[in-house]
This record gives sequence, structure tokens and C-alpha cells, in this order.
Amino acid sequence: MAELLQLVLFGLVLGSILTLGAIGLSLTYGILKFAHFAHGDFLTLGAYFALSLIATAQLPILVSIPIAALATLLVALIADRLIYRRLRRTQPVILLIASVGVALILRSAVQIIWGPNVQVYVQGIQLPYVIPFGDGAIRIKPDHLVIMGGALVLVTSLHFFLQYTRVGKAMRAMSDNPDLARVTGIDTEKVVLWTWGIGIALAAVGGIFAGLDAQLHPNLGWQLLLPIFAAAILGGIGKPYGAIAGGMTIGLAQELSTLVIPPEYKPAVSFGIMVLVLIVRPRGIFAGSST
Amino acid sequence: MDPLLNYAIFFVTIAGIYAVWTLALNVQWGLTGLFNIGIVGFVAVGGYTSVLLTIEPSATFGGGLGLPLAVGFIGAMLVSAVLALLIGLITLNLRADYLAIATIGIAEIVRLFLKNEEWLTNGVRGIGGVPRPFADLGPEGMALANMVLVLLSVLVIFLLVERARRAPWGRVLRAIRENELTVLASGKTVKSFRLQSFVLGSALMGLGGALYAHFVGFISPEAFVPLQTTFLVWVMLIAGGSGNTKGAVLGAFIIWGIWSGSQIVTGWLPPELATQAGALRMGLIGLLLVLVLLFRHEGLLSEEDQRRADIAREARRNGN
Repeated sequence: MAELLQLVLFGLVLGSILTLGAIGLSLTYGILKFAHFAHGDFLTLGAYFALSLIATAQLPILVSIPIAALATLLVALIADRLIYRRLRRTQPVILLIASVGVALILRSAVQIIWGPNVQVYVQGIQLPYVIPFGDGAIRIKPDHLVIMGGALVLVTSLHFFLQYTRVGKAMRAMSDNPDLARVTGIDTEKVVLWTWGIGIALAAVGGIFAGLDAQLHPNLGWQLLLPIFAAAILGGIGKPYGAIAGGMTIGLAQELSTLVIPPEYKPAVSFGIMVLVLIVRPRGIFAGSST
Repeated sequence: MDPLLNYAIFFVTIAGIYAVWTLALNVQWGLTGLFNIGIVGFVAVGGYTSVLLTIEPSATFGGGLGLPLAVGFIGAMLVSAVLALLIGLITLNLRADYLAIATIGIAEIVRLFLKNEEWLTNGVRGIGGVPRPFADLGPEGMALANMVLVLLSVLVIFLLVERARRAPWGRVLRAIRENELTVLASGKTVKSFRLQSFVLGSALMGLGGALYAHFVGFISPEAFVPLQTTFLVWVMLIAGGSGNTKGAVLGAFIIWGIWSGSQIVTGWLPPELATQAGALRMGLIGLLLVLVLLFRHEGLLSEEDQRRADIAREARRNGN
């Protein structure tokens, strides 16, 4: 029983990271209408900006997170201005291919600036809290609490933003029906800007959390891209609330799967779930329900 | 033999193998609009299949049937085709971007399988001593004969794809790419055509994988990385001209030239930067891709040019 709960805890931690990535991916997908394959590499970039702030500039982590998120956002806006915006009038699939190019450029830059080796934010081993439970014990690292708490705060703020601000409502409207949104006079360029802003900032924090949970390496985000896509598809493209549910489901499923299949095949689980969803409910589990 | 000539033979052989992959992607993406970014998965499956069929038996891995090379090549195409059929049946009804994600997933699962199923593949240690075609001709004769074999494969596949493109079959594929509903309305089974295109392209990718494995003589899961297979092939096709068969071959040779040239340039870097050479070249590939899309997204030889040439030929044949 304790073993099961331990896996659930790991699943919630992974789910928090995936959720932060999936919200942005789902929003850009829903509003800008293209699958942004560089999304994973923006997670990596956020994680490495934070590394410079935490390990080199010795800033506390809570100060570093927003600065790193802003820096990542700046890079995304440059990429949008230089590349994506010029291609927005062509087919979405051209944008998709361009985003693959952006992904390669980002990964290459990360590797050149910060080096190809595995790095950590803080040296040394964190002592976990041990909670006795039944016949065993559950171990929680302080970092796990930061990750889950941070994700909870961000997701709650996002909820209030989407429900109660003008821009938030405009974003939901554009994701649901872009033509109708345009007709009602929504400033679409402003919404596009906010979509990048929120999506990339959340991705950057997700990347930092992924680095906090394990280690940083230049392929960090690329390896998370598949489960993040799975989460976004599971939740329904363009549906931020769906992305939260999807992220948590994929995170839990990946960790709990180790009970029944060899752990080496853990990354295949999210793919399996994704294919299943695509067959059974191609528009996502939450399709049809209004957000 | 002259080292320069040696290098030229090596260069042409590898570029030819890339041309096989680029032609295969041209069937899937160029003609039909099927977004496959898991090329490396089909390539690896083809390579491993052929090696396991043709190599002498060993205690450290499965297969080892010692069959002739031709059987290996055919087996490579068949197994890649079956894999593509299974995936295609599930995903080809989906939008292009969903197919893209699904193919990444397949490539990832193939990689995990090759890494972890040691009984079959010898895991990360890989398999050496792969039988090489024309080994009895001596090293120089072998290199030359190998190049001829690869170039012949490129020629045959080129003629096949070009013929298919002009045939009614290829026209249906292009029509599906441009407007699926119209094709559906004119009574074609869109899904079946898509499946045929996906399976044919993937089988050719498998064949290219087999050519590569037998040329290099060693395979491991690390020999097939997405950057050098999937993404390089994509850049080749987009730069050459997607949908244009000649463009696909041209793109393979030009981009392979740039790619190997970048290796020579990064070789001059001071040693402390040399470890970063791989990263620099990855960025270069990304940059090339973006630049081509921004400034000439139809590629060097565009499909439009080819279409005009086709129309002109048709007019000449009809005598007006």
C-alpha cells in the first residue's frame, strides 16, 4: 500500500510538470492553430535560465523562477516575430515544420551555452520527509512539495485569469471559435501575444520543476514533449482545463504503469494512452463540455 | 587508391542512401501530405531486420539466419511495411499534426525496444560483423560496387516514384493532399490511398536502413538518431522541393554536401570547442530548415515547375 501511494506521489509530481507544459501547448495549438514542436525545448530553455540564476548568480529559487520565465518568454516572442509571424498566413503545417527548426536551434544553443553534461540546481542530496504508512513509509522530498504547490498556485491563478479578465475570456472565445471571436471585435494580435506569454511562461516553470525533480540536460524538454502532447490531446486541444486533467492522468499513468510493465517502457505509456484516445475520442476526453 | 577518390565514393554512397530516404518521404509528404517525423523508426526497423536475417548465428542476439543479402533487403521492406500498415490503420484518419505526433511515438518505442530487448538486438552494445555486399572484391572494389548498388537503387526508386506520380494513382494522392473532400466526393477511398502511400514510403525507408546497415557494417540503437535521420531527411526534401521527384534527389545530395562540409569546418575548431561540434551542426540544420521555409518554401525545384513541364510534355504529345 505504501508502495502504491509512493507511486501516486511520483505521478502527481510528474503530472504537475506535464500540466504546466500541456496548458501552453494546448493554448497555442487551439489559438494559433499549429502544433508547436519547439514547446519542449522552451521547457529546457527555462530550466537553464534558472540554472544561471540559481547556481551562478546565487539567487533564491523563488526569485529565479519568474525572471527565468520572463527571459524564456522574451526568446519566444523573438522567435514569433522573426519566424512564426511571417509564416502565419501559410498552411499550419509549414509553421509546424518551422517549429521543428526552432526546436533544433534552441537545443543547439542550450548545449553550446551551458554544455552537454548533466547539471543540477543544488549540489548534494536532499533528505526526504519520511511518513510511516502501514507496513512501509512514503518519502517526500521538499522539492516535490515545491513542484506540486507551485503547479497548484499557477493553475489556480490561470483559472481566475481565464474566468474573470477580459483577455482571459477573449482567449477562451478565440480558442472555441476564432471566426466568431474576430467578428465580435476581439483584438486577435493581442490575444496571440497573451497566448505566447502564458503558454511559454508556464512551460518555462515546468522545465524548472523538471530540473528540480531530477537533473538538467539539453534533451530534457524534448523527452517531455511526447507526454505533453499526449496530455494536451487527452484533454482536448485548446482546452486549458482539459490539459490539467490530461497532464495529471498521463503523469499518474506513467508512474503507476511500473507496477505492471517493465520500467524501461514507461515512456511508451503516454503514447499508448494517446493512441487509445485518438481512436476512441479523437477530440479528447473533455470535448463537447464547455470550459 | 587516391584518398580523394575514396572520399568521393564514400560521399556519393551515403548521399545516395539519403536520396532513398528522401524519395520515400517524398511519397508520403510530397505527394500525399502525410506528416511522418518518425522516419528514424522505420529506418532502424529495416536495418535491424536485414542484419538479423543475414548475419551468422550468435549467442548474444537473436536471428542470425545467415540468409542471402537479397532476402535481407526484401525482409527489411516487408517488416517496415507491416509496421507502417499497423500504425496507418490507426492514425491515417487523423489530421496531419496528430499523425506527426504518432510517428514520433512509434520512433521512440522502436528505440526503446531495440535498446531493451537484448535477447534479440544485443541492446546498446549493438551488432558488429554485419555481412557486407561484394566483400570478396577487396576493400576498393567493395566500396565501388557498393556505390553502384546504392545508385542503382536510387535510380530504380526514382523511376518508380516518378512513374507513380504521373500515373492516375499519384494524381489521386496529390488530389487528396490538396482537397480531401473533393476526392471523397468523386468516389475514391481516401483512407486506402493514404495507407498505400504510407506503407510504400515506409517500406522504402526500411530498404534505405538495410542499405545503410550493410554499408557501415555495424548497427546499434545509437546509430539511428532522429537528428541525422529524420530531421536531415526533412531538410533535404524541403530544400530540394517537396513533391518534385528530381528535387528530392537533388536536395539529398546538396544538403549532404553542406552537412559533411560542416563536419570539415567544425574539425578546424580548437579542441575546447570541438565537443560542441555536434551541437553547432544541429543548430545549422534547424537554421537551414527555417531559412528555406522563410525564403523559398517551395524548394530549389518546385512542384509547380514540374507540373508546368508535365503540361508542356502533354501538349507536345498531342501535337499542338
